[in-house]
Formats: sequence, C-alpha cells, structure tokens
Amino acid sequence: MAKVRSPEDLEKIRREILAERKPDKPIIAVCVSTGCSALGAGKVVEALREELKKHGLEGKVEIKETGCMGFCELGPRLIIYPGEIPYFKVKPEDASEIVSKTVLKGEAVEKLFYTDPVTGEKIQKLEEVPFYKHQVRLLLEANARIDPKKIEDYIALGGYSALAKALTQMTPEQVIEEVKKANLRGRGGGGFPAGRKWETTRNAPGEPKYVIVNCDEGDPGAFMDRTLMEGNPHSVLEGLIIGAYAIGAREGFIYVREEYPTAVENITKAIKQAEEYGFLGENLLGTGFSFKVRIHRGAGAFVSGESSALMSAIEGRVGEPRPKYIHTAVRGIWDKPSCLNNVETWANVPLIILKGAEWFKGIGTPGSSGTKIFSLVGKVNNTGLVEVPMGITLRDLIYKIGGGIRGGKKFKAVQTGGPSGGFIPEKYLDLPVDFDELTKVGSMMGSGGMIVMDEDTCIVDVTRYYIDFLSQESCGKCVPCREGLKQALTILNRICGGQGRAEDIQTLEDLCELLQTASLCALGTTAANPIATSINYFREEYEAHILDRQCPAKVCKALTAYYIDPEKCQACFICMRNCPVKAISGEKDIVHVIDQEKCIRCGVCFQVCPFDSVEKFSPPTPPPARYGIKAKRVKKKGEVKK
Amino acid sequence: MGRKITLEIDGKTVEAEEGMTVLQAAKKAGIEIPTLCYNEQLEPYGACRICLVEATKNGRTRYVVSCVYPVEEGLKVKTDTEKIRRMRKILLELMLPLAPASGPLRDLAEKYGVKESRFQTEPTACILCGLCVRYCAEVKKANAVSFVGRGTERQIAFVPEVAPYECPSCRECYGLCPGGKIVEAESQGLLSMPITRKTAAGRR
Repeated sequence: MAKVRSPEDLEKIRREILAERKPDKPIIAVCVSTGCSALGAGKVVEALREELKKHGLEGKVEIKETGCMGFCELGPRLIIYPGEIPYFKVKPEDASEIVSKTVLKGEAVEKLFYTDPVTGEKIQKLEEVPFYKHQVRLLLEANARIDPKKIEDYIALGGYSALAKALTQMTPEQVIEEVKKANLRGRGGGGFPAGRKWETTRNAPGEPKYVIVNCDEGDPGAFMDRTLMEGNPHSVLEGLIIGAYAIGAREGFIYVREEYPTAVENITKAIKQAEEYGFLGENLLGTGFSFKVRIHRGAGAFVSGESSALMSAIEGRVGEPRPKYIHTAVRGIWDKPSCLNNVETWANVPLIILKGAEWFKGIGTPGSSGTKIFSLVGKVNNTGLVEVPMGITLRDLIYKIGGGIRGGKKFKAVQTGGPSGGFIPEKYLDLPVDFDELTKVGSMMGSGGMIVMDEDTCIVDVTRYYIDFLSQESCGKCVPCREGLKQALTILNRICGGQGRAEDIQTLEDLCELLQTASLCALGTTAANPIATSINYFREEYEAHILDRQCPAKVCKALTAYYIDPEKCQACFICMRNCPVKAISGEKDIVHVIDQEKCIRCGVCFQVCPFDSVEKFSPPTPPPARYGIKAKRVKKKGEVKK
Repeated sequence: MGRKITLEIDGKTVEAEEGMTVLQAAKKAGIEIPTLCYNEQLEPYGACRICLVEATKNGRTRYVVSCVYPVEEGLKVKTDTEKIRRMRKILLELMLPLAPASGPLRDLAEKYGVKESRFQTEPTACILCGLCVRYCAEVKKANAVSFVGRGTERQIAFVPEVAPYECPSCRECYGLCPGGKIVEAESQGLLSMPITRKTAAGRR
C-alpha cells in the first residue's frame, strides 16, 4: 500500500475507490451491531449470502455488514441500495423474498417496511419514519454506508479529507480557533468547551503532550460511544489526529472498555489501516507532522471514565481519581499535559473542520451547539439510539421520536445522564435539552443516557438501584463517596424495605450536601443527583413509604401484597403452576388463593394471569374479606358449559 | 523556593511561596485547619476531606481540600464557616462508627459537637486514611501494607510476602494510625491477613 502523501493523493485514491464501485451495484447493508446481532442479524447475513449464491449473484451484489442504524428495537435492520430501501425486523426466512423481489426486480417487500402504529400505513422512506423524522444524524448517518472494517468505505464518503484540510491549509492555532468558535462542548458529560481545553494543553509547559479518547462508557443502558467506535471508528480516529495536530501531541491513547469487544476489534483494525494509508505514523500527508496512537483496554471500573482515574489507569496504576486542582489538561498522564475528550466529541471534529464553525453553530442552541446522541430506553415505544439537535425538548424526544409511553401508561420521570444523573418530572417536559438546562433542574447531560419511566416505576426503588450501583463503583478513596453512599444505600434499603424512619429524608439530604460539597471527584459530587432530585420532585413518594408504609407504584416488595380477585379468577391453574414457591392453592372451579406467608412477592402470578385477576395491594394490609376465600369461581358472561 | 504569593485566609493576609498548599500556608500563619489523613512527610492525599475550606478566586467560590489545593495570588480562603462546620460534622459522623475509640476522631468530634452519630457500620478501627500504606510506600519504600478491594469493600492488608519480614523491625506506622487498627492487628497476629474487616476481601 502506497502511503497517502498529499491531499491530492487522497483525492486520487478516493476517486479510484469510487470508480471501482459501480453506482448501480446493489448493496444490502445489514446492521450487525450489538443490538441487531442479539436479534439474529448474523443469521440474516448467512441466509442472504446463501440466497445470493442460489441466484448466482455472488460478487454482483454486495452484503455490507455495518454498525448501528438506530431503532434497535425493530432490528435486525437492513437498508438496500440503490434506492435506500429500509427494512425492519428482518428474519432469515425473508432472505429469499428480499433477493428475488428487491434485489432482482427492484420491488419492495411490503411487510418489512415500518408500520405506523397509529395509521397502520407502511412507510417506505426512512426519513418519514417518525423515529427518524425528528433526528439530525450528523454522526450516525454514515453508519449505514460504512463497513467499519474497511477504511475504503470511510474514504469513499470523503473521510480523512478534514485531516488533509487541517494539516495542509490550517495552522494548529487556526484549528483550535475553529473548534472554539464552533463552541464544541465535551460530550462526555461535563460540557467543558473542547477548544479551550485543547488550547490549555497546547500552551501548557512540558513535552510530550498526549491526546486521549475516552471510551469507558459505563452507564447502565448507554451505548452511544460504543456505537460510534463499533460503527465508524475512523471518524473518531480522524478527529483525534486533527486534535493532536492542533495541540502538538505526537502520541495518543484510546481507552476502550474491555467489555466492548467489537469496539476494540474495530478500532484496532482502523488504526492498522490508517497506518497503512499513512494517516498515522511519521510525516503525515507529507507535512512533517507525526502521530501514533495506542489502545488501552479498560478493566471494567466505572470510575475509570473519570479523566484523572483514566489517566492513572493508562499509567498502569489503580484507576483512582486524584484531586484536579491542577487540570489534567496541564498535568495528566505522567504529569504531562494531556487532553482527554469523549468519543463523540472527537467524532464531531472532522465535521467542524470540513464544514466550518458557522455551520456547526447553526445547529443546536446558542450555549450548546451541534447534535447529541442519546440512548433512548425505558418505557417508551421506540427505543434505540437517537441523534438530535441540542435544544430539542424532552417532550419531542420522548413523544415524537420515542413514540410516547408504552402501553398508554402515564409518564412519571425521565432520568438523564446515567446513574449519577437526576430524575426530571413531567412539569419540565418542555425543557430544551442542552448542557445548561439539564443542570438547572438538578440533572445533567452526562454521556447521553436517557431512561424513561412510567407510573409503574417506584422512584425510591430506582434511586436505591442507582445508589447501589454507584456505591459499588465508588473507588473508595474519599470518605463522602465511600461512607456516604454506603449509608445512603442503607437508608434507601430501609425505606424500600418498609422500615423507613421519619428522619431519613433529612439525613439523605444532609448526605447529598456532603457528597456535592466535599467529594474528591465527579463520581461523588454527581452521585447526589438521583437522591436530591427524587426527594425534590417526588417527596410524597418517600413520605408514603416512610409514613404510610405504602409504595404508590406497588413495586417495593415489603410494602406490596398480591391477592387474587375471586370475581375475576377463572381457576385456570396457570398462576399455580408458575408460582416458584408453591404459594397458590386452588382446584377445579374453585378460585385460587395466595398464601401470604409463603408468597415472596415475585410478581410472576401477576404477569401470567390471563384474566388480570391478580391484584397488587400497597400497603399490604388484607383486602376486602371476599379475597382469600376459596369460593366457587364466577363464570364469565356467555360461557357455555362444556 | 518559588516566588512569593499573597493570599487571604480568614481575613488575614498571608504570605506564602508558590508550590505550597493552602494548608501549609495556614499553618505558617498560625491558622489551624483540622486534618486526619495529612502527614507532612507524605504526598497530600485528600481522602478524609476534613480539611475542607472555602476558596474564592475571581468571584468564584469552591469548596476544596486545603491539603491539596495550591496557594494562588489573591485567593481568599475561609476555614471555618457554618457550612464547613456542618460538612465536618457529617464527615465525623461517618467516620466515628468505623473507629469509635480513635483519639484524634473523638477530639474532633468533641470540637465539632458530634455527640452521637446517626450512622451505624461495622467498627473496624480503620478510617482508610492510608497513612500506613503511604508511609510504608513513600518513606520506607517497603510496601508492606496495601489497600485491597474497591469502594465500600476497600480495606487495608499487610502484604503477606513482605510484612512478616519488614514489619517486626520497623513498626513506624504504628504511631501514625489514628484508628489504632495497626497495633490491634499485630497483637492479633494478623500480619499476613486483610485486617480491616474480619473476613477476607470479597465482593457480594
């Protein structure tokens, strides 16, 4: 492979790649990212290959295994070019129809289109699917066109031309100026202006300087960074190289979680290919600038996503945060100036360099420009990965893109920013989503997790879950985080267990103040968010648990009891058979009864009952007398005796 | 030494040198800030947070730990506000149940009016200040005591391959330990076992 030695070289290679590819050659792009793979994308690919072979189309039709296309819920996802025909929920059995109809005749397979849940209409264009209609997919768009293992796919789309532009037409200062003007803020959570951070590192005394990609995405339910690293690793790499040039770094690190094997694999391959093409190594594009990058695989600590802890880990020490009164941008890895940005931040850089700061600022809000990727999960109809302009309201995100709350239930809260984010109640649904607005209501952008909760969610129980997670992930160095979270968890366990004390809310608030004021790192200071916002916005739920011994959402086991409604029970034995502790008794035509002593409140009977006859009671006081009596079952209306 | 820096601590103008911490500058000026995990022979660690102060610079106020925070020209520091006292009180409430017999903790508890803690935990006679670990590593370069486990499972342990050889002739960390754990541990013959908890390290 001859190395690319100039922008002209790059353009020549791009033309060659395009010339080899006939524009009318059919491409079946199959998403093989984590979500779709779990739903069987691998089998779909196999079936498609088999089918192409049958028709003698091998080599004439390309199967492209791509990264995430979003809308993971309706996977495996597939797009067929030319024509950009989007298919959802593709099964291996559909392969023959896809090949014989769509590939050979250009006809659509109607049943694989997205069906509008309201009108029942089949939607043939991706951009008309409500889930996509309101998105602006600057970073994710390319995923459907790129095989992440092929640098040629990235180059064909104009990849590495931003690097060529930066290296040959701009000084490092101009690059920093452009990023500053674009007001690109750190996507990792803090929202610190990236350009200013770059400048600090550039101007900090000490050599060598380092640049770092933070891909230690540890939030439960978040997969933004994973998707970019898996689906379009070169975009991250290109951003990093541009940053290194601007900052004056000759060495970079990519910190990836070991739990993301595909991300590790794809970025490793991407680095190798970039080296072959001469985008990494010595004398890049003939400009004299040299840069190399190494991968550091994380060993699975949430706290290692904190920049100083991450740098400790790279140095080979325990991933524990250190006080950052002197920024890591000035004194980072081995006490040298080190500029760390999140995956998504780096991926934005090539776009800014190519299209300019003004274009970038035109998207989003004045304070937060550009787009943000969220993993929209929880009790919404459409879950998946979404990319939206900053400033979109939570309501639009949840209702227009997310399709509203599942099963027509009532919205209760949305939790943004991962486990250390806060709960945002219904009254703030019209809040524009940007760094500053989320902070104002006690939550945060975080890395972009967004978990929607409905009326069946107990806020105290979810808070308990997050604090449990955070106390397990605390590094244990400082007292507020280690001891404070431990005690907060004890109190929350107590409240959920029906043993809450009147003074518990005040104690939790005191612990929140301590965490926010005195913790060593951001894991501790932000760990107060779920507690503080849940008390702020849902105090009545805490009070119900503590004072009335009642769980309003009927989730907390100690405060909930299950009874069978004798008027609904059809004595069908299903709950009896499924009860794991044999707590249900009953016989033919005699309504079933739950033995409250034996019941472990697992809720299986509630889930399996076909007649909705199992009811939850909180507080778990005995219901009306008719419950619990082994009466004859009440026959359903119109039931004919066999 | 570095260049002269003038800052204000509790309304008093204090002269310090670049590279000093706020705690050192305060000490020099005769202003007392409580500490637990601090020792002047060791690198500042910032774990116990008891030396928390309020620092204002360019109109921006932050709460920082004085054992780590470097002095800056024009910095205004308050070491004993109502909020700081409140924070220290909760910190003591959190640490006291760990080491109820600790002299330094009890002295501070008395000073800050902590009569009883609201919290309960397994008493281990160790507040994980890391003085023994750091002294052994930084001064003695022996690394015979170490942290094991993470987060709420964190504890200290003698390193079995090292401690039985190094510790009996040294014992210099004994005097540093605020909780009394180290002395207790040796008397129980625990030189080769995790000593903070009764059980060995392990996560749920």
